[in-house]
Amino acid sequence: MQAMKKTLMAVAMSAAVAVTAQAEGVSDDVVKIGVLADMGGVYADICGKGCVTAVEMAVEDFGGEVLGKPIEVISADDQNKPDVGSAKVRQWIESEQVDAVNGLVASSVTGAVTKVLTDAKKVALISTSASHAFTTKACSPYNVHWTYNVAALANGTVKPMVDSGKKKWFFITADYAFGHALEGIATKVINEQGGEVVGAVRAPLGTTDFSSYVLQAQASGADVIGLANAGTDFVNALKTSAEFGLTETSDVAGLLVFTHNAKALDPAIAAGMKATTGFYWDMDDQTREWSARFKQRHGSIPAMGQAGAYSMTMHYLNAIKAAGTDDADAVMAMMKATKPDDFFARNAYLRNDGRMVHDMLLVSIKDAASRQSDDDIYNIEAVIPGDVAFNPMMESCNFAAKS
Amino acid sequence: MATLFGINLFALSGQLLVGLINGSFYALLSLGLAIIFGLLKIINFAQGAMYMLGAFLAWMALQYFGINYWVALVLVPLAVGGFAILIERFLVRPIAKEDHLYSLLLTFGLALILQGLFTQLYGSSGLAYQIPAELKGGTKLPFMYLPNYRAWIIIASLVVCATTWWVIEKTKLGAYLRAGTENPQLMQGFGINVPLITTLTFGFGVALAGFAGVLAAPVYSVSPEMGSNILIVVFAIVVIGGMGSIGGAILTGLMMGVVEGLTKFFYPEASSTVIFLVMVIVLLLKPAGLFGKEA
Repeated sequence: MQAMKKTLMAVAMSAAVAVTAQAEGVSDDVVKIGVLADMGGVYADICGKGCVTAVEMAVEDFGGEVLGKPIEVISADDQNKPDVGSAKVRQWIESEQVDAVNGLVASSVTGAVTKVLTDAKKVALISTSASHAFTTKACSPYNVHWTYNVAALANGTVKPMVDSGKKKWFFITADYAFGHALEGIATKVINEQGGEVVGAVRAPLGTTDFSSYVLQAQASGADVIGLANAGTDFVNALKTSAEFGLTETSDVAGLLVFTHNAKALDPAIAAGMKATTGFYWDMDDQTREWSARFKQRHGSIPAMGQAGAYSMTMHYLNAIKAAGTDDADAVMAMMKATKPDDFFARNAYLRNDGRMVHDMLLVSIKDAASRQSDDDIYNIEAVIPGDVAFNPMMESCNFAAKS
Repeated sequence: MATLFGINLFALSGQLLVGLINGSFYALLSLGLAIIFGLLKIINFAQGAMYMLGAFLAWMALQYFGINYWVALVLVPLAVGGFAILIERFLVRPIAKEDHLYSLLLTFGLALILQGLFTQLYGSSGLAYQIPAELKGGTKLPFMYLPNYRAWIIIASLVVCATTWWVIEKTKLGAYLRAGTENPQLMQGFGINVPLITTLTFGFGVALAGFAGVLAAPVYSVSPEMGSNILIVVFAIVVIGGMGSIGGAILTGLMMGVVEGLTKFFYPEASSTVIFLVMVIVLLLKPAGLFGKEA
């Protein structure tokens, strides 16, 4: 592993030097970062305006300019619609000379947008999407996938549960690309660890009543009910599970839990539940310091994708400074050649396929008695090293060889 | 476990009951819509937003004033109904003589404003509202575990629906109401204040949505999206039942809950579309709806 990393670094470094020789300075005299996210829909809290705030904070902390040129942040609402998102980004590229797009939440939107960005040779800074496609079958030399992905969630939450003897699983899955990906990768982990999946139901996105699915899960006799969904779907599924007594007979595992959703749950039903996250505000002094500044500006504690958006922007701007240009190829090479290191990115490095590998956290939801404040939600159970959490790079994503 | 043709009978009967619980919500909401359309010919697209408002008011009452669930169950529908009366008096009435489309657009706009406002104020993740202590826990039936609160939903909504139906169809007040909307001039001549009746009817129809919102708060997360998700389904139910048919709205609401529950059991992927499929079939075979009168 270490040897491979070194070779990668060397290749990336030399590429960086080669490209910087061609392009110097900042094109059109401004570095412009677009933030694209769901601003008013179901995913608004986990990225949305908070991601815009995080990127603006990064730009300010960086000093507002790079290589003597100003840094500008613009933003737009993608309404969770791939067509709206890709049209906006196309417009940004054509008339706004955007250099990179940050944010990016719903995997369906990100899929559409990264294609546009790759064609235009602009950088995609993916903060909140979960699908692992952007660094596997849909990988691109311009994709940077920062905060987490479905593989890390499955490895982080599912593996230890199967190892501890919870062998029979049943899934309640959100019926679209993200849910399928999460269920698929979790199933793989379960089978590899000697467990089995006894059944699954696919619930449409935005289902409010999960009681039918919970009854089916109950009838399956599984040890663990895996919730391969997110946001309000996850909240509703868990609440219903508790109501129908499922949480007393089986374990319920949330595979993607955001702090904002965990906060919306009654501690009486959610306490003890384990989840994997890319970031938690109350980890140490560094995370608390940044989170306090964020909360002061935004009004609530940061979700993991918002912290990721900040960290990723910093790394991007540092790379421009080090490369002496905002040319995407040179910046990507520099980002991969230097290790990010801040309150968010711990033991981190950006892999050649665009996957940012960093320590993930295994957390459990606190019960009501041990909470000091409204924001006090998680116990940190363990730190999962990046190489354990994220799947290794795929051979098929060797775009260096492809191109 | 008892099975028939490989189907788990316990799970199946559980689904039927669960379908009935969801149907109770549909019945309450579609009843409100049917009253407002049937008697006033107003298509109220804000009904879903009022349901959301009901849930939020229950949450706010508890959070800011310590008002418990049972008191909220009475106060919130009154507040939502009162708010609706203001809307009727100052926004809907001035355009009531125009095409139905105007009231539809107006209420649709109102719904969007309310939803946007609550998203702005409380975010989109949803808020937690606890099941009242008296109704925690559940009963073990031979085929399923029935949470007490869900059983309460069925009872509460059936009582409210049946009472409403009885008042409109069987009492003198109901007769005035129906006559007043049929021939306002004549009723005015008898000394009955028709505009007042109209306003109160609108308020009552919307109050039903507020009531459903309070019922829903403990089982679904209180979120700005909750109304828009359910509204389209409820409209389809009103169409299936026959626009304006009071009894039709209640029965179809319960029936569609069961149909949806069964679909979730046999083919979950179709559960969000099955009601619309039923709507298409019913419209093709019986354009006035199952219980509607032919125009």
